Amino acid sequence: MPAVIEIKDLTKTYDNITAVNKLNLEIGESEIFGFLGPNGAGKTTAILMLLGLTEPTSGTVSICGFNATREPLQVKRITGYVPEKVGFYEDLTVHYNLLYTAWLNNIPEQQIEDRIKTALKTVGLPNAANRKVQQLSHGMKQRLAIADVLVKNPRIVILDEPTSGIDPEGVVQLLELIRKIAQEQGMTVILSSHQLPQVQRICTRVGILSKGKMIAEGPLDQLGRKAFGGSEFRVEVQVSEVTSIIIDAIKSISGVTSTEALGKDIIVNCERDLRPQIAKAVIDNNGQLIQMKIQSYSLEDIYLKYSGEV
Amino acid sequence: MRSMLTVFRKELSDDFTSLRFLILFGLVLLAGIFSVYIAANTISSNTTTEVSSFATNSASQFIFLQLFTISSESLSASFLTFITLFVPIVGIALGFDAINSERNAGTLSRLLSQPVYRDDVINGKFLAGVSTIAIMLISIVLLVAGIGLRIIGVPPSAEEVIRLIAFLGLGIVYGAFWLSISMLFSVLVRRIATSALASIAIWIFFYFFISIIASSIAGRIAPISDSSTTTEQLKYLAVNVDIMRISPVYLFQEASSVILSPDSRTLSELIQIQAQGLQAWMMPSPLSVAQSIIMVWPQIVTLIALTVISFAISYVKFMREEIRST
Repeated sequence: MPAVIEIKDLTKTYDNITAVNKLNLEIGESEIFGFLGPNGAGKTTAILMLLGLTEPTSGTVSICGFNATREPLQVKRITGYVPEKVGFYEDLTVHYNLLYTAWLNNIPEQQIEDRIKTALKTVGLPNAANRKVQQLSHGMKQRLAIADVLVKNPRIVILDEPTSGIDPEGVVQLLELIRKIAQEQGMTVILSSHQLPQVQRICTRVGILSKGKMIAEGPLDQLGRKAFGGSEFRVEVQVSEVTSIIIDAIKSISGVTSTEALGKDIIVNCERDLRPQIAKAVIDNNGQLIQMKIQSYSLEDIYLKYSGEV
Repeated sequence: MRSMLTVFRKELSDDFTSLRFLILFGLVLLAGIFSVYIAANTISSNTTTEVSSFATNSASQFIFLQLFTISSESLSASFLTFITLFVPIVGIALGFDAINSERNAGTLSRLLSQPVYRDDVINGKFLAGVSTIAIMLISIVLLVAGIGLRIIGVPPSAEEVIRLIAFLGLGIVYGAFWLSISMLFSVLVRRIATSALASIAIWIFFYFFISIIASSIAGRIAPISDSSTTTEQLKYLAVNVDIMRISPVYLFQEASSVILSPDSRTLSELIQIQAQGLQAWMMPSPLSVAQSIIMVWPQIVTLIALTVISFAISYVKFMREEIRST
């Protein structure tokens, strides 16, 4: 997958505070990349540098071969941005707001109406064109923000906390919409969020930013394995009595990376789903198996593990 | 350039459809019509008196221009007075929330993420504001001139038309100055109410308080009394006027009264006062347009310079501003 975004040693310092510290990252075409981090981690600053809206203190950003600092106009032409606090001209209609974006992007007059119509249809607002923006709900405005990006038909879409302030049902719909657009139109999407389940839902790869530094980056399963010593799954085994014989038997199973006894529970970290082997080990060693649960590591576990190490 | 024109187009449309502008436009228009009606009646009564007198006063050569400068004895509010009063308000109304409202509403980061240079935004907004002021002034002067023409029945001479055009140009620069001041505050201050209040405070200071401050300082530097000599009075007036000239309002008043009154041969108030008494006995000798403009050239250049400086500060501040999360 060729890289459309290449970030090298990107650093931004505001009044002796380093908001972004030597960030290195490559994002491939049609990838949905999750940019994770707590508030103040430097996500938005990094995004603004990607768009050429803020000048980096050092380092470079290349978007589809264009230098974001020296060629910001070319970068902005191929990049759509939905800021965290997206704003529209509230007293103007939805149509006029999108029309303004089309004009600013120099879209040929004969294509403008088609693009607006298609964008509104894609985000599920086909009948909102003549409504004033102030009449729309927050969720509808977020959809409009995506329509606003779609009007310019970008290669890259950057969404900064796009789901903040939306109800759970709206969040699911919006995330599905983002995934659908990325798949159908082959766009590269960067989703910045601190809502881990949302990122986990649609992102193929994530980067965890903390205090301006990228502390982990890669596909979720890889990150999980890295964080938990090669384990991807966690099996919780409940037995009537935990004995050292049972624990030793479980440990000897190929693929088990670690075990931990907690009262009547044994937590088994393993590389794959080893529930049949674990059950057999318990029974063979005269243990009474009460229940067994398997779970893969959530992004939250991974995130907490990495941020705890900083 | 194209992006700037796009911003300009949108801002111009916003200005002309905004309720705030329409209200102000209506107010200025009403005040203009009222003042011209008063002026036309005053001219009509004066002309009747003058026709019976022996001399053709120079003032009668420029009757049409008097529509914009004279008022009645009971109400000293000419068209020029209203323009001096209202143009700053229009300028402020168009600019006080130009940038900070975009920033607060979150539209600025969306706008700047489009393929536009940052200066296209501020230039487009300023140009739209100046154009709005220009269109407003031109249409009001034309409307008012038409009404005045109908009442007094004397068409303007070519020179009067040129002087009116020069006055319009000056009025646009005056409006542009107030627009640039309010835009400066809209860049410097995040809160819209604060930037509006700051702009209005500047206007109040220059419109109302400057004369009090000037006469107070002049009274200390060059005190006068009932028994003062002409030299002492002249010195007092010179100091007073010098201080007043820091006010763009005074600069505009001075320049526009000279442009609209061809008989004004000096900017010295004392000489003007004395000349008024002798006017009936003086040979009519109005200045040419070029001479009038040369006389107030420093005022015009200062107004332009103040506008440029004020806008330049806004421009630099806006360009250097870091775009953060909003």
